[in-house]
Amino acid sequence: MEKKNNYTISVYTENNVGLLHRLSAIFLKRHINIESFTTSECEIKDVFRFIIVVKMTKSGVEKVSKQIEKQVEVIRAFFHTDSETIFQESALYKMKSSALFEERHIQNIIKESNARIVTVNPDYFVIEKTGFRDDTEKLYNDLEKYGLLQFTRSGRIAVSKEKMGISEILNTFKNQK
Amino acid sequence: MILGNAEKEFKDFVEKSGIPAAWTILGLSALPTSHDLNVGMVGMHGNYGPNILTNKCDLLIAVGMRFDDRVTGDPKTYASQAKIIHLDIDPAEINKNIIADVPVIGDCKDSLKRITNKIEKKSHSKWISKFDDLMKIEFEKVIKSDLNPLKEGLTMGESIIAINEFTNGDAIIVTDVGQHQMVACRYANFVKSKSNITSGGLGTMGFALPAAMGAKMGALNREVVAVIGDGGYQMTIQELGTIFQLQIPVKIVILNNDFLGMVRQWQQLFFDKRYASTEMVNPDFVAIAKGYYLDSERVKHRKDLKPAVERMIKSKKPYVLEICVEKENNVFPMIPTGASVSDIRLN
Repeated sequence: MEKKNNYTISVYTENNVGLLHRLSAIFLKRHINIESFTTSECEIKDVFRFIIVVKMTKSGVEKVSKQIEKQVEVIRAFFHTDSETIFQESALYKMKSSALFEERHIQNIIKESNARIVTVNPDYFVIEKTGFRDDTEKLYNDLEKYGLLQFTRSGRIAVSKEKMGISEILNTFKNQK
Repeated sequence: MILGNAEKEFKDFVEKSGIPAAWTILGLSALPTSHDLNVGMVGMHGNYGPNILTNKCDLLIAVGMRFDDRVTGDPKTYASQAKIIHLDIDPAEINKNIIADVPVIGDCKDSLKRITNKIEKKSHSKWISKFDDLMKIEFEKVIKSDLNPLKEGLTMGESIIAINEFTNGDAIIVTDVGQHQMVACRYANFVKSKSNITSGGLGTMGFALPAAMGAKMGALNREVVAVIGDGGYQMTIQELGTIFQLQIPVKIVILNNDFLGMVRQWQQLFFDKRYASTEMVNPDFVAIAKGYYLDSERVKHRKDLKPAVERMIKSKKPYVLEICVEKENNVFPMIPTGASVSDIRLN
């Protein structure tokens, strides 16, 4: 059996209603669980970038990327292993303000983890931590015992080490016209 | 290859290279049936020779086909001894099911022409005689009884041959999904490309009737014969209303065996004949056609078959011909699911 690995699929697309559905359908049809899914406008105006994290075999991720590229609005799809990308996740932790005064440890935990306090008010305060999954996970475990009111973590955002050259592709499109 | 309008380029290629050519169901009619190098259909109900020899050849050139599971059987054993050249316009098809040694991405009309220009003219009579030998075996064990049955009941095969006779292989044959589809594709004669319309890998029962209407509207000067099983027919039978309303002169042949025959065949061969939900209690198809004011008749006996087909083909109007065929005939050759193409069965 071919080994499964984490892959970050980066998809550059036009901004179009309904594309998200068709992309997720490509994964659904093959029963591939999506570990994380993030999208935002990228460095080029009107071009969006989807960052999709999946656990798959290399030949599987190759085929899925080719299928994604068949969508008309998709400019290009790339896939990278963890070591070929720089990636981060963000997490927010909401806690009771009283805990901050009653439990001295919390201040140390925040300092040591390089987390940031985003807001404090008489009832609650919110901590933000950006890093690898392990980092946000560790902070979660450390804070959990003091009572987390809410916790949320973003999907992965990633940039590739190699150049993806989307502007060049778009320019060739333009010149063809 | 048909969508790429590359029939001529393909013919030039096989004739210059002398390489025998087999087709997938959607490639049917690209090369005339009578062409010397046309060795028949590959896949689950394809011909004996091309399936067996897929696992013997040293080079396999695939043009615009996707190596689907009905063609490859067990992909691990499929042509594993051969070098594979795969021509396709869609990069996502390359290495999807079968790894290609040489992928050629592009319009096959262009790629084939370039390849033909570079090769030398050759013939491979010894290799082709292997196809002939295997065809003789297939003829003895399968084709003979399909086309000239000794039993009383009509066969789907002889029905298709009767259609061939009165259309001279010049008709557009539209098929639904099931046994009749396999039989029609195996025995229908074609002289022109784009004459075989079928749903292929989608396998959508109910496809043939509306597709035949479209084919007729698109090619008014050609004869269009829809061959449909009794199962799929009732899935889109309401289109008879449109056929009557617009007076679309399609010829509709229902090969009625009172079964969902392909599923029944599987239940017989792989599930100890435990038939479940495959027997059809059918309505009076002729009465239904007459309800739509369409000409219609039913054939049950061999002596009536050819005259009825002739009346249908000569008619200038839409026509429904129900042919009651043997109820429990099977389609052979057959590659059981998951088996290797060279394990194709003749009975």
